[in-house]
Amino acid sequence: MAQEAATGTPLATEDEGVRRRDFINIAAVSAAGVGGVAVIYPLISQMAPSADVLAESSTEIDIAAVQPGQAIKAVFRRQPVFIRNLTPAEVKAATEFEATPDFNKMRDKQTLAERTKEGHANLLITMGICTHLGCVPQGAGAGEVKGEFGGYFCPCHGSHYDTAARIRKGPAPRNLDVPEYAINGTIVKIG
Amino acid sequence: MSFPWSKEYKPSHPLMVWFDERLPLPRLIYNAVGGGYEVPRNLNYFWNFGFLAGLCLVIQIVSGVILAMHYGGDTSVAFNSTEHIMRDVNWGWMLRYGHANGAAAFFAVVYLHIFRGFYYGSYKAPREMIWLSGVVIFLLMMATAFMGYVLPWGQMSYWAAQVITGLFSAFPLIGDPLKEWLLGGFAPGNATLNRFFSLHFLLPFVILGVVILHIWSLHIPGSSNPTGVEVKSKSDTVPFYPYYVGKDGWTIGLLMIVYSVFLFYMPNALGDPENYIPANPMQTPAHIVPEWYFWPFYAILRSFTQDLLFFEARLLGVLAMFAAILVWFFLPWLDKSPVRSASYRPLYRKFFWVLVIDVLILGYLGKLPAEQPYVLVSQLATMYYFLHFLVIVPIVSSIERPDPLPFSITESVLGHDGAAKLTKD
Ligand code: HEM
Ligand code: FES
Repeated sequence: MAQEAATGTPLATEDEGVRRRDFINIAAVSAAGVGGVAVIYPLISQMAPSADVLAESSTEIDIAAVQPGQAIKAVFRRQPVFIRNLTPAEVKAATEFEATPDFNKMRDKQTLAERTKEGHANLLITMGICTHLGCVPQGAGAGEVKGEFGGYFCPCHGSHYDTAARIRKGPAPRNLDVPEYAINGTIVKIG
Repeated sequence: MSFPWSKEYKPSHPLMVWFDERLPLPRLIYNAVGGGYEVPRNLNYFWNFGFLAGLCLVIQIVSGVILAMHYGGDTSVAFNSTEHIMRDVNWGWMLRYGHANGAAAFFAVVYLHIFRGFYYGSYKAPREMIWLSGVVIFLLMMATAFMGYVLPWGQMSYWAAQVITGLFSAFPLIGDPLKEWLLGGFAPGNATLNRFFSLHFLLPFVILGVVILHIWSLHIPGSSNPTGVEVKSKSDTVPFYPYYVGKDGWTIGLLMIVYSVFLFYMPNALGDPENYIPANPMQTPAHIVPEWYFWPFYAILRSFTQDLLFFEARLLGVLAMFAAILVWFFLPWLDKSPVRSASYRPLYRKFFWVLVIDVLILGYLGKLPAEQPYVLVSQLATMYYFLHFLVIVPIVSSIERPDPLPFSITESVLGHDGAAKLTKD
């Protein structure tokens, strides 16, 4: 231990276990780690939707003109919303299906009643965004294909939705999402 | 690689001597792509595609940097600025078509480069790092091309952004927040376009960096060759300059002919006319398809239509699509055969060609609508794709009896090798 003798400070004494230098090492690395995280967090977070995007207000639509069998596309958060006035036959198709054994095998089991407001079983309001990868399904516009189950059809990868906009066939995992909304007379307020 | 017989850099001009002593850049170039780099003498044309890929990267960077001088990365002007490039900017049409068709050429060249690797076993020891960095380059290329495609903000641009980021929403729990984080909103918008422009500008330079690592790791063992037999003596190699510089130059000419035919005579042949319609978040085009170079992977994505246990179909499709490329990372260890080249592997060679056909079928299906019977066929083709890498390659490599290898590269070229006789005595 010539060095110790020379400098007078012991480099390491075995019985002591933790050395001053180990402590400094751990403290420095931890501080750098915490500092690194503190810097990276804002760098990651800046990519999330900004305040103005989040602040996008609710939408109000007058649905007085939407006849049974018709549908309109509204815009909510720059995405389409389908507002559909179901015909009695379409309501019947949706509810009758709920009594069949196939209903229990559904990917996303929901009744029409759960997807509409009480007293407005004919008013089906859903996002116009396929739950698969986000295309706008067809079936809301006049003359568009409605798919095998008479509701909506997403041409992107072939998802078929029924008259309650429930996924019946194809790759989509969920029924078309029902946004939060309130009905006030003929005015629908989404969001 | 630097063999004992590789020539040393000896500048004759005093200026170069002066330069080389202070910064050995001329030496680096001489040893990397000049007379100092010895290369097997028997390389066939499939060894030209690496060089051509590098040329494509240069074309993309040059045309891209110029396009960026005229392009506006804001949803209110992006589409119009692209049309402005096409109609008003001097030679703008050539730059834009050159960039779009350059991307296609880049992928065509890189696909041939990758399949060369599959056939000649280029991924095997000691060249694993070359292969791995190559797969990284390919992943970066895919990301770059996707983000570039979004920039003109046409219908296909918008819906490509929606569908591809939609893939990420398939992950359980984190999916939707992840998608919103990627887009910077609930749907593709200005935040999305801006970040894609920024990254599309950046990534090609990252690719350039990985290309340098790729070539660095190549120059440790040197190129393999069609026989897969390693270099043994001086008669097996020729210097890169002039032999392969000349050959690469000649194939640049060939590639430029094909490129020019597309660029000047059918610049829109590979593009989707739908992308000349400005982005409309309210209306999805009836038929969404990616550019041709993504078709095989798109077919794999769409072939998952059934949930399996607690994995939803969409997630399986996404995972399979990524796995289709990630499986390449494991190829050096899945293929246990010590023989590199398929020319001496009769059984593997057959399966190689089946794989080629399988990928072509997937590519063809990827552009068709997701209807029966196409979905069923893509399910079978997807199954075969994974079977090839995960089952067929390992089994074939352990049961196959390879054909006899030539003693050396020289013997395979000349029919005899003096060195071979000496060792046989
Ligand atoms: C790895 C290399 C690259 C690939 C594969 C690539 C691919 C693409 C693709 C597919 C497009 C869409 C073309 C179209 O639809 O017209 C595009 C557009 C664009 N790229 Fe690139 N690119 C690359 C490098 C670059 C670089 C280095 C820059 C600039 C620094 C750049 C700037 C642009 C710009 C401004 C556009 C939009 C204008 C337009 O649509 O023509 N690119 N890129
Ligand atoms: S986005 Fe609708 S089926 Fe894929």
